[in-house]
Amino acid sequence: MLPYILRRLASSIPTLFLVVTISFFLIRVAPGGPFDLEQPLNETVLRNLRKLYKLDEPLWMQYLLYLQGLFRLDFGPSFSNLDMTVAQLFAKGLPVSIRLGTLALLLAVGVGMTCGVIAALRQNKGADYAVVAFAAAGITVPTFVTAPLFQVIFGLWLAWLPVGGWNDGAFRNTLLPVLVLALPQMAVMARLTRAAMIETMRTNHIRTLRAQGLSNATIIRHALRAASLPMVSYLGPAAAALLTGSVVVETIFGLPGIGRYFVEGALNRDYTLVMGTVVVIACFVILFNLMVDIAYAVLDPRVRYQ
Amino acid sequence: MVTFRKFSGAAAFAAAALFCSVALGQVTFHRGNDSEPETLDVQKTQTVTEAHLMRDLYDGLMIHNARGEVVHGVAESHTLSADGKVFTFRIRPNAKWSNGEDFKASDYVFSFRRIMNPETGAKYANILYPLKNAEKINKKEGGLKLEDLGVKAIDDKTLEITLERPTPYFLELLTHQTGLPVNATNVMKNGSDYTKPENWVSNGAYVMKEWVPNSHIRLDKNPHFHDANNVQIERVMVYPTPDYSAASRRFMAGELHFTTDIPADQTKFLKEKLGDQVKIAPYLGTYYLAFNMSKKPFDDARVRQALSMAIDREFIAEQIWGGTMVPAYSFVPPGIGNYGKPAIAAWADKSPIDREDDAKKLLAAAGFGPGKPLKVEIRYNTTDNNRRTVVAMADQWKQIGVETTFINTDAKTHFAHLRERGDYDVARAGWIGDYSDPQNFLFLFQSDNKGFNYARYENKEFDDLMKQAENETDLKKRAAILFKAEELITRDQSNAPVLFYSTKNLVSSKLQGFHSNLRGAYATRFYKLTN
Repeated sequence: MLPYILRRLASSIPTLFLVVTISFFLIRVAPGGPFDLEQPLNETVLRNLRKLYKLDEPLWMQYLLYLQGLFRLDFGPSFSNLDMTVAQLFAKGLPVSIRLGTLALLLAVGVGMTCGVIAALRQNKGADYAVVAFAAAGITVPTFVTAPLFQVIFGLWLAWLPVGGWNDGAFRNTLLPVLVLALPQMAVMARLTRAAMIETMRTNHIRTLRAQGLSNATIIRHALRAASLPMVSYLGPAAAALLTGSVVVETIFGLPGIGRYFVEGALNRDYTLVMGTVVVIACFVILFNLMVDIAYAVLDPRVRYQ
Repeated sequence: MVTFRKFSGAAAFAAAALFCSVALGQVTFHRGNDSEPETLDVQKTQTVTEAHLMRDLYDGLMIHNARGEVVHGVAESHTLSADGKVFTFRIRPNAKWSNGEDFKASDYVFSFRRIMNPETGAKYANILYPLKNAEKINKKEGGLKLEDLGVKAIDDKTLEITLERPTPYFLELLTHQTGLPVNATNVMKNGSDYTKPENWVSNGAYVMKEWVPNSHIRLDKNPHFHDANNVQIERVMVYPTPDYSAASRRFMAGELHFTTDIPADQTKFLKEKLGDQVKIAPYLGTYYLAFNMSKKPFDDARVRQALSMAIDREFIAEQIWGGTMVPAYSFVPPGIGNYGKPAIAAWADKSPIDREDDAKKLLAAAGFGPGKPLKVEIRYNTTDNNRRTVVAMADQWKQIGVETTFINTDAKTHFAHLRERGDYDVARAGWIGDYSDPQNFLFLFQSDNKGFNYARYENKEFDDLMKQAENETDLKKRAAILFKAEELITRDQSNAPVLFYSTKNLVSSKLQGFHSNLRGAYATRFYKLTN
């Protein structure tokens, strides 16, 4: 297993390199630059700013300088937050996004899987219809609808929870955003688990277990292990997306995560911030895909890595 | 389980902290601000978001009071020389920095030199070009040194500022964030890190204590502020609230006392719900369309007049913007300083139906009609309100037989395109005044204004009038000259003014001392919070 993991990690370096290279040149194709404002700058000031941020170097040189910085984990200065470097922004924002994402992920997996199992075991009955309906709603209603809706219901009408704000990470302030983040994932997990469970419950090995007279709980435990495979492969990219934050949820609830940096960075032509976000997200995706593959080996005895 | 205990512990701690702060009578003002500031380095700031923060953190020579009037700040008095070029400011004897150091005139000299130094990269330095030699120093022309800047410390408490030429709006100009001082010793010691909370030194009513990007900036009262005795609010929590709808919900839940904007489509609902806590008041800004005059048929004044006439501004202001904008028939907003009534379009009083008829006639005279419709492409920067505005205009133009298409891009692309003289027919633009003077609006159309003259308007008569106004020291005569210049703009409609901006705030009934003002200047030091 260990050689496999090392090999996979090594092979992710060219992937990362490719992602960095493509993004680096792509963002520079967009018209306008970081210093293009409604008000034009005078030539001397513009020249100095470009020099300060090394934008006066030829593009290939900027690229090499960026790569060189990256090796030292230096993401460069931010163009849209002049007082902080990209690394400083991530140091403050990433823990927030990871915390919200982890809570949302746990909630989504816990509730989603439970609902999926219940629905599968009670197929075509009331509970099943309820889960299917909830899942359909969870997938189709976007977060920019649920977030304001929850703010109005729980924050304004019932006045149980704060409408927004981070408040240094107080538990009360994280509840609504976590719920909003978790809902769509919860719905997907419920559907995936339900479908996989229904299929597994009809397989021969489950039938054999039944014939042997094992208890229902034991049978479900065995079925769940086989049924969790599609969910595990979904979990990789989903986890990467959740942990790197959401622009919608963070903006609506006023949370200091990194989700908005991608969109805002792109709109402000904040080259370094966009690149930093790309690198972070790429690392998460690579890492979680690797974890999925390892989980596969643990869950499915037919899968063995050399 | 452990997690739960930890959280309940945190909650208990928070409750205790809240109890203590209430017990100590600490007053915290929760204040929404448009967005996250780009920087807190005062000389590099350029946005209205940053201006709101700087107003609380620094005290300039001249400031806006609660009603937006220009009054003395860190200066207690000033004199002006007979030729109108030399201002001498007397600094308050009790003026201090937040670290307890005396505030010296030399700090101001350092500050103005710093902003003009091209190495600083101050994006808004050009606004201070009325200072003697400022433009040359900032553009590195004529071999001038920083020391040649027209700012001198006569002694510790006397500052002399020399201008290139008499500038009637100079005192107002000093209220802008570019005219605020930094502590020379601190900036020299910490460099650009002087904006970190641990290094923070300022001379305003508050000091910055904490900055969590995209969460909040905490400001605490500055005990060394010269007027600290009259500052009632102890602490200000400033939250970036780019989502105005979310901000209004937080306001309704009592989490914010103040917001800097309201969502246009919810204005009616908010007015019903919040009554006079919704404050809408005129602001110094114009929302307009620029016609590309270097391109046929927009070089034809009749075409521009027709298009401008056919816009039903009342409908757009009321229905699209929910009454948060004011119909505009002149480019310079009413109520501006050093001016009288702006030059309003001759057809402003006509009914929309009459205007439509006139517009059709003008188009027919220009060679457009049922067989040959005028085709217009509007370029705009993507926002909900812009989209709805241009769609409404296209519908109104349809009534006079104009076929409209749209092209929308993000703001950076949009303004870069206009500035780089890219091809377009009609483009959406807006301008918020930096100081209350008609010159700050009309200069956009000078033929040598490469960056802003999106319409590529070239009129020698207009340019000459602007030059003449620049050299006129008599304010009344100057106003008359500028009015003549604006008349030309109104006549030619190189740009169609559509709306005037308003300041739109939600202001808690607990906040006392708030007055809407034309400058949108809302400094916390003038307010008081009640329970």
